[in-house]
Amino acid sequence: MLFVVNANYFSFMEKIQAKLAILADAAKYDVSCSSSGSTRKNKDKGLGDTGSGICHTYTEDGRCVSLLKILMSNICIYDCAYCVTRRSNDIKRTSFSVDEVVDLTMNFYRRNYIEGLFLSSGIMKNADYTMERMVLIAKKLRTEQNFNGYIHLKSIPGASPDLMHAAGLYADRLSMNIEMPTNEGLRLLAPDKKREDMIVPIRQITNEITQYQDERKVLRKVPTFVPAGQSTQVIVGATGETDRDIMKVASAFYDKFKMKRVYYSGYVPISNDNRLPALGSQVPLLRENRLYQADWLQRFYGFTTDELLPETIPFFDSEIDPKLGWALRNMSLFPLDINKADKSLLLRVPGIGLHSINKIIEGRKFGQLTWDHLKKMGIAMNRAKHFITCAGLSEPTRDLTEMQIKGLILAGSSGKFLLHQKQLSIF
Amino acid sequence: MDVLVYDKTFEGFLSAVFYVYEYKLTDVHICKEAPGTVMFGKTIHIDTDEVKAKRVWDGLTKKLSREGLQSIYHAYLADTLQEEDTMLAYIRHALSSPRNIEKDYSNFAVLRLQRVDRMVHRERHRMKAFIRFKLTKDNIFYDGIEPDFNVIPLIREHFEKRYADQQWIIYDLRRGFGIYYDLKTVQTITITFSEESQGADSVLWMDQNEALYQTLWQQYFKSTNIASRKNMKLHIRHVPKRYWKHLTEKSPM
Repeated sequence: MLFVVNANYFSFMEKIQAKLAILADAAKYDVSCSSSGSTRKNKDKGLGDTGSGICHTYTEDGRCVSLLKILMSNICIYDCAYCVTRRSNDIKRTSFSVDEVVDLTMNFYRRNYIEGLFLSSGIMKNADYTMERMVLIAKKLRTEQNFNGYIHLKSIPGASPDLMHAAGLYADRLSMNIEMPTNEGLRLLAPDKKREDMIVPIRQITNEITQYQDERKVLRKVPTFVPAGQSTQVIVGATGETDRDIMKVASAFYDKFKMKRVYYSGYVPISNDNRLPALGSQVPLLRENRLYQADWLQRFYGFTTDELLPETIPFFDSEIDPKLGWALRNMSLFPLDINKADKSLLLRVPGIGLHSINKIIEGRKFGQLTWDHLKKMGIAMNRAKHFITCAGLSEPTRDLTEMQIKGLILAGSSGKFLLHQKQLSIF
Repeated sequence: MDVLVYDKTFEGFLSAVFYVYEYKLTDVHICKEAPGTVMFGKTIHIDTDEVKAKRVWDGLTKKLSREGLQSIYHAYLADTLQEEDTMLAYIRHALSSPRNIEKDYSNFAVLRLQRVDRMVHRERHRMKAFIRFKLTKDNIFYDGIEPDFNVIPLIREHFEKRYADQQWIIYDLRRGFGIYYDLKTVQTITITFSEESQGADSVLWMDQNEALYQTLWQQYFKSTNIASRKNMKLHIRHVPKRYWKHLTEKSPM
């Protein structure tokens, strides 16, 4: 910084940097970083173009950084126990001005640091006051700066329908975090928040998206409206709900509100509140991981919550993934012949993913597939071999019991969550 | 086994393929540089011939879709892998088969070429992600990169569309060429770096606000991390160490 002569410049820089440190830190518990699903094209040689989404870097915790994810302000009138910016928490409070957010977004985007902006905020004064400023930022970026990058706005519970509508015209995605999977949890930890204040705006946006899509079928010049859809987030492990409770809530959001994504955020202890897990307790990373696996199985593999977690089994097995768990409970359906089985059945084989299934289906039109082919396709044979047959010598694992197969698979894996490997030597 | 050496151009490679068919060679190896010794066979230097190259390409066009043709070109851009023999095996399989073989995953050349295609695709994607433009005093956004494969031809369009209102240069320091967008078109350029500019990201040529935004970006990268979820193994898998020296957020603040 040798060339800078103006002392004001230093203080300006320090001020922005201090705000960024606080407001990025406070926004980081929102796990969504998605910047895909929108097809906003560069307009009139302006800045930006939105496509399939790019992770520009990854933090040391291994999470994707695709958007400038910040709070507009961490001043908040609410006192939700699980949240760092809750009113009663003694922390430094600060806010960005509208122009500061616009400037940061433009300059980060120009340097190819980000795909766009993910703006959230504590609730200043009231819902509409806050939402209006957020919408103004999005509006300035789109209309004054001709910015065609991605904008994700996290709506404020209780915002008025007019502001929600305006937000939908400038944003690619809108989200509203339900946070507590059950009503009881919400009442306990977020007494100021009403579930209705969240559900009503979500429902409004769901309906408007459908309306705009229908209009576009008839008229060509209909503006885009939340092209990347809506998402929500639930906190895992803050209160006592089961995996089955969480999956049921998630399914309802996918079905009823046509959500693009439900995010699961393992609760990071941030307070000594006795309603919550104590400071220093483990973040439930494994549980979060199992929920994401199940989420994928429901969205892309045709599984239902009741199949993955029947009433008698409210939690996922920590040792094995949900697909393997289901397969072991349904051994009578296996083994499947790789060269003949239907796609809908192949989708249910542990260790075989969507890409491999497509290769199997294309490949077997040309000839019989052997174990060697399957290995080269990148199938996790350690798991898959117990559930399939194909051309060539079969692996001699027939007639093993469910427990024996589980033991064999665990003994041969080295997953980061495997805790009980030693005990399995009995197999 | 005979060894065919070509001049590192794509046309040169296709000329070598032409030679294989012309002389009905079966046991043959194509490469960019002549090996020291060849045990049983001779080394032949291929003259690049655009007409012959075009004949091979036209022949392939009849047998392969756009994606199939692209995957051969992508394997060529994977210049550090030396996949010429896989490319030749793929071409032979394509030309000899009565139907399209792109999805013949029972063939090992098809499987391997698809894997190489994926590797090139990943490197291309990384460069879309890892470019870190620095604003120069000339008002040009510049970045120098060292990709594993020659992916600049594959990222050009992406940057042209996205950064339509600013001048920029992306330079492959490893291969000694780059692309420059002057607000109208993208041109291929080579740069002679002067002594002073050798300290690659020197403040000498940076815009006065550049350091500010770099600091802000580093601050953001630090603040958005959740320390209690630290997972360096995953971090390094996504951001391999060889890319760190060109990443602003991985440089000391």
